[in-house]
Amino acid sequence: MKTFEYTITDPVGIHARPAGILVKEIKKYASTVTISKGDKSVNALKLMALMGMGIKQNDTITVTVEGADEDTAAAEIEAFFKNNL
Amino acid sequence: MISIQGKGVSNGVALGPLYFYQRAKSTVTRTTITDTEGEWARFKAAQTKAMDQLGELAEKARKEAGDEAALLFETHQMMAEDLDYEESIQSAICDGHLNAEAAVSDTADQFAEMFASMDDPYMQARSADVRDVSSRIISILCGAAQGGIDSPVPVILAADDLAPSETVQLDKSKILGFITEGGSGSSHTAILARTMGIPAIIGVGNQMKAEYAGREVIIDGSNGNVIIDAEDDVRKVLLNKMEDQRKARELLERLKGLPNETRDGVSMRVFCNIGSPDDVHAVLSNDAGGIGLFRSEFLYLNCDDYPTEDQQFEAYKRVLSDMEGREVVIRTLDIGADKQIGYFNLPVEENPAMGNRALRICLNRPEIFLTQLRALYRASAFGKLSIMFPMVTSVWEVREAKKMCERVKKELREEGQSFSDDVSIGIMIETPAAAVISDRLAKEVDFFSCGTNDLTQYTLACDRQNADLGRFFNPHHTAVLRLLKTVCDNAHKNGIWVGICGELGADLTLTETFLSIGIDELSVSPRAVLPLRQKIRDINVAKVRDKILKTLMSDEQE
Repeated sequence: MKTFEYTITDPVGIHARPAGILVKEIKKYASTVTISKGDKSVNALKLMALMGMGIKQNDTITVTVEGADEDTAAAEIEAFFKNNL
Repeated sequence: MISIQGKGVSNGVALGPLYFYQRAKSTVTRTTITDTEGEWARFKAAQTKAMDQLGELAEKARKEAGDEAALLFETHQMMAEDLDYEESIQSAICDGHLNAEAAVSDTADQFAEMFASMDDPYMQARSADVRDVSSRIISILCGAAQGGIDSPVPVILAADDLAPSETVQLDKSKILGFITEGGSGSSHTAILARTMGIPAIIGVGNQMKAEYAGREVIIDGSNGNVIIDAEDDVRKVLLNKMEDQRKARELLERLKGLPNETRDGVSMRVFCNIGSPDDVHAVLSNDAGGIGLFRSEFLYLNCDDYPTEDQQFEAYKRVLSDMEGREVVIRTLDIGADKQIGYFNLPVEENPAMGNRALRICLNRPEIFLTQLRALYRASAFGKLSIMFPMVTSVWEVREAKKMCERVKKELREEGQSFSDDVSIGIMIETPAAAVISDRLAKEVDFFSCGTNDLTQYTLACDRQNADLGRFFNPHHTAVLRLLKTVCDNAHKNGIWVGICGELGADLTLTETFLSIGIDELSVSPRAVLPLRQKIRDINVAKVRDKILKTLMSDEQE
């Protein structure tokens, strides 16, 4: 299991557009990706639940990656966050 | 003739038959089913078909409006196969023995409510997306046909409001313009219309009656007018406007993005004159470099009492932010003379053009001026603001006005309000006095802008409102042009720029003269920007300058 923390810098937060791109990205990997903010967490493939968390700029989220390709997936998903969110 | 007033959200004039959008109505009936597996399979098939349709729509949107537009449908696709969404439908069918239509409808309500209850207005608006996707699936389940336009000729499309997927599915070659009952300036219909470059009018409410269908309608997006069965003269005016617009569009295609530069590389800034924040759209769509004259009077003319600082601030802020960092020159209050406002209670004057007007009123009634200056400086934090004072005749007036600016800045600083330190201050040169002492005035300000309408009237002693003066009122008069040259020379000696914001700026027969005497900026109405750019790009200043200056300064009349 791999875990990293990330603070959202995108001024719109995880809105539909970035959430959509994120789900597309995560679908590439076999691992299960969970995004948590405070005491709430969601499977990152669930677009509407993810949007429903209302993650905004400056929110810090914890991303957990678990599965066969977790090493590469975690590294690449973290890079994705830095570039897009 | 029937005239209806709405709100124009995309400019242009269009004429065509009125057509009401046909929407496929699918009513959801609730039934209890026993074959849950078969019902689930029905849902899965409809979901797959919806995914295919959305994929096609995404591609269509990508071609028509780019990746950003396509993403909307890709998001819809993800919603359609969202795991929680699917799970909820599955449990309604398999555990609740509900038919697929009702299961989708219930789930849509549930998710739409979740979005609607979020505290973020953007997220609240996403509930429309969930409903849009769900009604697509329901339509497929019911076998209902998609709505559209069933007309052999292009139409003006009227609808209550259009969902995003509806706007994309429309056959664009059949649409000349939009009219909607509801909607907002940022609705999908408005955005689509602007992307397509066709007019759209929203918010006409229940004024569009079914009996108007098929009748000729003309819509004007610049003012929100909808006219059904126009009378001949109205029709003619609007058709001319349409023709102008067609020409402008052709010009735009050719000239957009090109510099306002002569053949020998002399550049001229071409800005716009506007009278209301709503005009910014025309400024940007005509590819102007900035706003050279924003007449602040509209704020005062549209009120029954003095506009408050906050009302003014909001209007200035809107223009500055919409112009995205391009320069915006806002002229302080210029009333009096031909622009009278009741609540100012100005005494009636025998000769108002030479009376208490513009900066004179502001200096005599500082409370009015200070309110405006505070609003302007507060708005300066949102863009590139320049402030311009009208009707200057003496250096002391400028100094006094600048002192008021300093006072306002000090107040705002003490209150901790933010404002830009980079606000230019300029004056209008519209009196012969100001032109003659422009060497002294140039030391006080950052720029000059010549108001040629008043400058002509005062120089030639010709009332511009008096139509009988005809041949005596000649803005091409050597006296006016020589004054402009003096102003240019004095400005440049002092390292400041000089522009023209009067009607004369757009007079293409004078563009060579303006370039020759060294005018740096021409501020004209938005529709004059591109013809002017075309003219400038055809001129070789080096070739004409000597002859023009020689003629202008010659002691012999040709």
